[in-house]
Amino acid sequence: MKEELFASGRNIPNIDPYLNIWHWQIPSYLFLGGLAAGILFFASFFTIMGKENEMEATVKKAPMIVPFALVLGLFFLFLDLKHKLYFWQLYTTVRIQSPMSWGAWVLMAITPLSFVWAASYVRVLFPKWDWKYDILKKFEKWVIANRILIAWPMALLSIILGIYTGILLSAFNARPLWNTSILGPLFLVSGMSTGAAVIMLMSKDHKERKIIGRIDILLIIVELFFIIHLFMGFLAGSEVQIIAANLFLGGKFTAPFFAFVVILGLIFPATLEALELKGFKVPMVVPAILILAGGLIFRFLMVEAGQITRYLY
Amino acid sequence: MRYAMAIDTRKCVGCSDCVVACQTENNVPVGFCRDWVVEVVDGTYPNVSIELRSERCNHCDNSPCVRCCPTGASHFEDGGIVLVEHSKCIGCGACIQACPYDARYSHPEGYVDKCTFCIHRVREGKDPACVSVCPTSCMYFGDLDDQNSKIVNVLKNRKFKSLAPEAGTKPRIFYLV
Repeated sequence: MKEELFASGRNIPNIDPYLNIWHWQIPSYLFLGGLAAGILFFASFFTIMGKENEMEATVKKAPMIVPFALVLGLFFLFLDLKHKLYFWQLYTTVRIQSPMSWGAWVLMAITPLSFVWAASYVRVLFPKWDWKYDILKKFEKWVIANRILIAWPMALLSIILGIYTGILLSAFNARPLWNTSILGPLFLVSGMSTGAAVIMLMSKDHKERKIIGRIDILLIIVELFFIIHLFMGFLAGSEVQIIAANLFLGGKFTAPFFAFVVILGLIFPATLEALELKGFKVPMVVPAILILAGGLIFRFLMVEAGQITRYLY
Repeated sequence: MRYAMAIDTRKCVGCSDCVVACQTENNVPVGFCRDWVVEVVDGTYPNVSIELRSERCNHCDNSPCVRCCPTGASHFEDGGIVLVEHSKCIGCGACIQACPYDARYSHPEGYVDKCTFCIHRVREGKDPACVSVCPTSCMYFGDLDDQNSKIVNVLKNRKFKSLAPEAGTKPRIFYLV
């Protein structure tokens, strides 16, 4: 009969604490990547629908911050590397089985695209801006004439980027909390919701905010379903996954997860948005900031908790 | 050729000689290790049993670390030995997250390091350092495809287990029980 089971582990002080090898850089990057994916998706979607002028903040303003978000996220990824001078090795090979590899390539494609997109609207927002060189002016002209041509690949790449932020984690079967395919769609939806929040912060047009607010409520409902689905899957899974789920269902991550992510980050802002749609006066800053904070905290909790779930010891 | 190791938990006394031999042979920096000894105590006094296990990289057949490596630094060598090519490793930590055995660590110089089955010794026809120093000779190293090898023989005649087989990695370190 098993009454007590303990493993002494290994008395090597430099190893075990170091296995938590991912710190603030990874969740911060996942947040920025998801947010960028969300904004770019909405921008290209409404462009394809031919609504550039009705959805000014979505198509023109919000994408301005995407290049900064992506570059900052890439910088965080770079900070995370322990063998920094060799980072270029990422771009010497394509490894289909490694999500990190194709994620690196997707970022390589979508980051310049986001620069081009933002640059093509610079003169709309800052009429005094001058591109100075003829070649840049010609390129701008070409981009403006072919926006739809850019919008299609951008929409596709933004979805891949959003899913990738989740699949990056779910590919590790050694970390049972991450090892679930729902993480890809969950991070995509959450990223799109944070993107919508940024748009709501930047939009001054009531009609546009109403449309984005409606989409955001839908996204939040889907996200809540995915979260329930996530834990249902774990609880019906193997022992290590049940232990992983219990970190959030009674364990030490329960309070921050339900308070800051589920209630303050999803349910409360969705309620505020719904009230706004019903005609109540709600400053949109409040739900937007709550959604952004909730998304960030969600990623920090998932990365932190995932690293303490394992098969042995 | 398929290299593997069998470790007799009934003969192991937990002296950690394998750990020290590895650190010396492979110049492992102080405070780190590529192999380690785990004691699992079952029950309460006076009805206790103890299992001692010398653990290391399992050089899995279905290696999640090789799969997730974005640069191909983690790769298979002859005989299925999993190695990290230092000059290709960017230190992203993906393989550390992917390993269910926590067999990898971040070397102070930046790249990821782990057990190599002492491939430099194996190529010379010698046993890995840990195997060669074991005072109770509780470790067997050899080729699973060679029907006359000691390891195949011992696996035929003894009961054995591997660690976390449910992780689906097809580990190649076997513990004789």
